[in-house]
Amino acid sequence: MSVLVFTENWDGKFKKISFELVSYASKIAEMLNVQTVALSIGDVQEDELKKLGNYAADKIISVNNDKLKNLDNQAYASVIAQVAEKEGAKVVIIAHNNTGKALAPRLSVKLKAGLGAGVSKLPSSVEPFTIFKKVYSGKAYSNLVIKSDIKILTLSQNSFEFEENVKSPSIESFEPALSDDLFKTTVSNVQKQTGKILLTDAEIVVSGGRGMRSGDNWSPIEELAELLGAATACSRPVSDEGWRPHEEHTGQTGKIIAPNLYIAAGISGAIQHLAGISSSKCIVAINTDKDAPIFEAADYGIIGDTAKVLPDFIQAVKELK
Amino acid sequence: MKILICLSNVPDTTTKAKFVNDNTAFDTTGVQWIINPWDELALTRAIELKSDAANSIENITVITVGEKDVEPTMRKALAIGADDAVRIDAEPTDAYFVAAQIAEYLKSNPFDLIFNGIESADYNGSAVGGMLAEFLNIPSVSAVSAVNIENSQVKIKRDIDGGTEEVTSELPVVAIAQKGIAKEPMIAAMRGIMMARKKPLNVVAPVEVEALTGIVNFELPQPKPPCKMIEPDNVKELVNLLQNEAKVI
Repeated sequence: MSVLVFTENWDGKFKKISFELVSYASKIAEMLNVQTVALSIGDVQEDELKKLGNYAADKIISVNNDKLKNLDNQAYASVIAQVAEKEGAKVVIIAHNNTGKALAPRLSVKLKAGLGAGVSKLPSSVEPFTIFKKVYSGKAYSNLVIKSDIKILTLSQNSFEFEENVKSPSIESFEPALSDDLFKTTVSNVQKQTGKILLTDAEIVVSGGRGMRSGDNWSPIEELAELLGAATACSRPVSDEGWRPHEEHTGQTGKIIAPNLYIAAGISGAIQHLAGISSSKCIVAINTDKDAPIFEAADYGIIGDTAKVLPDFIQAVKELK
Repeated sequence: MKILICLSNVPDTTTKAKFVNDNTAFDTTGVQWIINPWDELALTRAIELKSDAANSIENITVITVGEKDVEPTMRKALAIGADDAVRIDAEPTDAYFVAAQIAEYLKSNPFDLIFNGIESADYNGSAVGGMLAEFLNIPSVSAVSAVNIENSQVKIKRDIDGGTEEVTSELPVVAIAQKGIAKEPMIAAMRGIMMARKKPLNVVAPVEVEALTGIVNFELPQPKPPCKMIEPDNVKELVNLLQNEAKVI
C-alpha cells in the first residue's frame, strides 16, 4: 500500500510544487504507515528523479512515452490510475494548479475516490479521513470527510512548509497501457512564457489597481517587480479596462495566489479581490483612502499615492541591494 | 451542434460567509443567488457562437442539479439567451454526486460541446467538469480561455502552467471555462426576461448515487492582527520591516 504523488516537471526539471507534494505525501504516508511513491511523467534524467528522494520518496516511478508529450487529460488520468492500482495507493496527491485541477476529477471517477480539492494542511485525522479546505473562495474553511476507500487530495501551491528528509529511493520505469482511444485531443501552437516569472509560481507579486490611474503608469510596478524578482498582477477593473492582460487578474474570478509577499498598489480590496490573495503570507497595501478594505487584510500599510510611494519604494529596494 | 452549460447556483460574490446550526450549514439569510460567474461567461460565449449562423448551433441548454429554489437562477440563464433548461431534482451533495447525475442524463440526451465553469464560487472544487468527462469517457480540456468553431471543428485555447496551448478535440468534449472565454457576461434584456418565462424548464428525477465526501462543519478565518501603518515619506522603514521583521525580501 502507498501514498502516490503525481509530480510535474518542466522540460525535465521538477517544479518546486513537486517537492512540496512529495514532502506532503510522505507525511500522510507516515500517518498511514505506508510507502511514499512518486510518479513522474516525461523525459526526466535519473539525477533529477533522485531529487524526489530528498523529500522522503521511497520509490520513484518514471513513465517516459512519446505519446504523453502533450497533456491529454484522459490519457494522463489513465496513467496515474494504472500506477495507483499497481502500487495499491490509498491516497493520491496532486497539485492544485491547472494540470492538477484537470486530472484529479477524472481520476476521482476512475478510482471512485473522493476528492479533497485545494488542501493546505495535513488531514486532521485519517480515520475518518478528515481534511481542512477553503470554501466560498477563502471567505471560510470546511472540515470535510472523505468516505471512499481511496482518497485524492490536491495541494495548494506554496501552502505547505516542505522539508528535506533524505532517502535513497528505488527508481523504476513503467510502461503504461496506452490504447489509441485515450487520445482524442491534439495540441498545436504551444506558447510558453519564457524568462518571465509565473504569477502562480511567484514568491513575490507586485499588483496594481485603479489607483494607478492608467495602464500607461505601469512602469513603476514593472520596475519594482523586476528588482524583487516578482511577478506582476492587477485587480479586476484594471483587466476589464484592458490596461493589463486578463492573465494578470488576481481575485475570486481570476487567479487565486498565495505568494510570500503581495504588494497591492492602488487596490481598494473589494471582497472578491481579497478572496484571490488572502492566503498570501505577507500583504503590503498602498492606498490614498485610509478606509479602504485592503488595510484590513494587509500586514503593512501606507496611506499615500502610488505615484509618489512606488518610486520611493524602488529607491529603497535599490539601496538595499 | 448542441451546446450544454452546466450551471451552479451560488451566493453573489460579495456575500460574506456566515454559518448556522453549529456551523454545519451556510446561512442563506439575505443571500442573493447568482449564476456561478464562470458558468455565466461560458453561457455568454455559447450565445456568441450561436449568433454566427456559420457555426450551425441548433440549441443551447443549461442544466443544474438542485432543488426548486435554483429555478430563478436558471430562468436568468434562459433570459440571457439559453434555449431551454433541465433541472435534476436533487440536493447537490458533492461534486461526484452532481457529475454522476449529469452524466446519467447525458447518456440518453447527448450534446456535442459541454461547458463547465472552472470552479464554483461556493465549494471551489474545480471538479464537476472533469468528473463528468470521465463518467462519459470523453475528452476534457481545462483552464479554457477561448473557444472557436472552424469548419465544424472545436478549437480551444487553454492555459497550461506557464503558457497557452491550442487544442483541437473530438466531439463531444467538456470544456472547462475560466476567465477570458468571454469578455464580459451578457446581461438579460427585457425581451429576454419576458421570453424566459415561456422557455421550457424540464425537471428530471435523480438517479441513486452515493456522495464520496461529506462536510463536517465550517470555520471562519482567524481575524488578522491589525495592519502596521508606515508614514508615506518613510518607505525605507517599510523595506526594512519586510526584510528584517517579515523576512520576505
